[in-house]
Formats: sequence, C-alpha cells, structure tokens
Amino acid sequence: MTVAHEAKGRRGVVAFALELWDVLRRPSSVFGLGVLVLAGFVAGVIFWGGFNTALELTNTEKFCTGCHEMRDNVFAELKSTIHFSNRSGVRASCPDCHVPHNWTDKIARKMQASKEVWGHLFGTIDTREKFVDHRLELALHEWARLKANDSLECRNCHSTESMDVSKQSARASAAHERFLVPGEKTCIDCHKGIAHRLPDMRGVPGWQ
Amino acid sequence: MMTGLRTLALAAAFAVAAGALCAQTQSGLRGGTPLDTEGQAARMTPMRNTTEKEIRNYPEQPPLIPHSIESYQVDLNGNKCLSCHARARTGESQAPMLSITHFMDRDGQFLASVSPRRFFCTQCHVPQHDVKPPVTNDFTDIDTLLSRTQPGGRR
Repeated sequence: MTVAHEAKGRRGVVAFALELWDVLRRPSSVFGLGVLVLAGFVAGVIFWGGFNTALELTNTEKFCTGCHEMRDNVFAELKSTIHFSNRSGVRASCPDCHVPHNWTDKIARKMQASKEVWGHLFGTIDTREKFVDHRLELALHEWARLKANDSLECRNCHSTESMDVSKQSARASAAHERFLVPGEKTCIDCHKGIAHRLPDMRGVPGWQ
Repeated sequence: MMTGLRTLALAAAFAVAAGALCAQTQSGLRGGTPLDTEGQAARMTPMRNTTEKEIRNYPEQPPLIPHSIESYQVDLNGNKCLSCHARARTGESQAPMLSITHFMDRDGQFLASVSPRRFFCTQCHVPQHDVKPPVTNDFTDIDTLLSRTQPGGRR
C-alpha cells in the first residue's frame, strides 16, 4: 500500500467516526422516533433478561460448589443433613437458605458477596485449617442476617401458618407453641447448626 | 513311616473339624447365617421420640434418652444436649437438669458446670429404637427379686 493510499484510508476512518458520533449524539436526526423507541425497548428486554439469567446462574448449587472452599467444607457437611437427603425427597440447596428471594434483597446480598470473591482470590479460607479458624465469624454473619430478617429463608418453606403443631412430637410442639407462635423467638435462635457443623459455641446465647 | 501315617491322620482330623466348623450355625444375633458369611443387615428404624421418662432397671442406670437425638452435635465445639439440659437452660426448655454428679471431677471436687469427663452424653445415655429384641433377656429387677422371698410375692 502506498503512502497516499494510507493517508486516504485514515481520513476515511476519521470521517466515519465523526459521522457515527453525530448519529449517536442526535439519533433522531437519522432514525424515526418510533424506530428508536422500539429498538430501545427490545434492547432493554434483551439486557434485562440477560442480566437476570446471569444472576440466576450464580444462584445454583453448581455455581456455589464451583469453588473448593464451598465444595470441600460447607457443601460436604450439608450432605449428611436432613436438608440434603430425607424421607420426602425435597432438597434445599445453597441459595434456598443463603440468598434472599426478594429481588432488591437479592441484589444487596450479591453486592455483599463481592467480599467473598475477594476472599476467594486472596485465599482467606483456602485450606481446611483457615476455614475452621474463620468458621465462627462466618456463622455469626449468617446468624445475624437470619435473625434480622426473622429467619425469612427458613420461612420460605417452613411457615408458621402452615405448621400443624399437633402433628409434631410433644417436645417440638411445646417449644413451637411457647416460643415460635408468640414471636418470642425466630427459627435460627434454636435451630443453629442444622445444615453445617457448628463453630466453637462458647459465648453463643443458648449454648454452653 | 509311622510319623507319616500320624501326620496323615492328623491332617484328616483337621479337615473334618474345619468342615464341621464351617457348617456350624449359631442362633442369636446372627440368626441362621453361617459363621463364614455376612448376613443381611437389619432395617434401620427411627429413634423413639417422646417426652416420657423410662423406668430405670436399677437405680444406678444412666437414664435413657426418650427422644430422638438425630444429628445432635456433641464435640469440642458445642454440646446440643446441654442447650436444653444445662442448669441455666432448663427454665426455657423445661428439660430435666443434668445430675449434680456430672459437675464433679475425679477428685470429688464440684465444678461450676459439667465436668469434662461427663461431657460426652452418649457414652452412658442412649436413645431407644422400637425394635423386637433379637435375643431374649430374663433380667429381673431388684424389687421383683426381693418379693420372691415373701410368700405370695411377685414371680
């Protein structure tokens, strides 16, 4: 290619960029308003759908157990509990308990979870020993979250309204009638360590 | 020559004895399963889950656990049993407090709370399953035994 050709090509690129900029700055000078509105609507639908699809992908057991920190510690412990395998064959997977279902709460939780990405990248709990050392801190976060939202993620499946205490064992019905129904306590107050092993419980209210 | 014959006789005796041992069956927990094979495991049953105390067979017997303790964690990190049966927890739980003997260390000194040597509840206290006992048991409690000496007493 000759020098003259190159200079011409460069001018062509600059001219095209300027023209594109003009269109982007004042699109209605080229496209009709109806076309713009329709295109914006379609693009919005695609963006919103794509965003929520990507969000849902991060809300799966497969995604959570993609990191060895989760797979080898908390997920391994879940497997022996009633929330993983039981008589009725209903399974609660990671996001059922750890991600709020309500959209705004979910986004808030996802933003908090960026800290967990940081932890993964810098290996905060990348060995069993480090995980055990952090276990109390991690558990305290989840207990505080469930206490603050009145055990919302438990109640997504186990609601007080649909709970028939007469079908429960004498111990369970007595405790639920006394503490759960009047709202004196919430699920997590008594049911700690039901899906994962407990941290050092010294100093935790209700434990010795 | 004589030694050879003796060895042969001994070997034959061993073979007969071994055959007899293999064919032998034993009743009881094994059922009719021969000793050299593994029998089918009994079906697992849920734990009995009530609030009613069971009678102790003798005064020193550690009380049985009348309720289910499935997935109760008792280890270095925590003791689920104590979250109801500890002294300070019995108000809320209305569960029986663990005995004061459990506060005593091996030198007879009473501690403020449960002694480490009594921490692992299921070493002595066990839950119950509703199963038919595979072996019979003719245990007789002391009251029955004493009353047998009296004319017209319990048998």
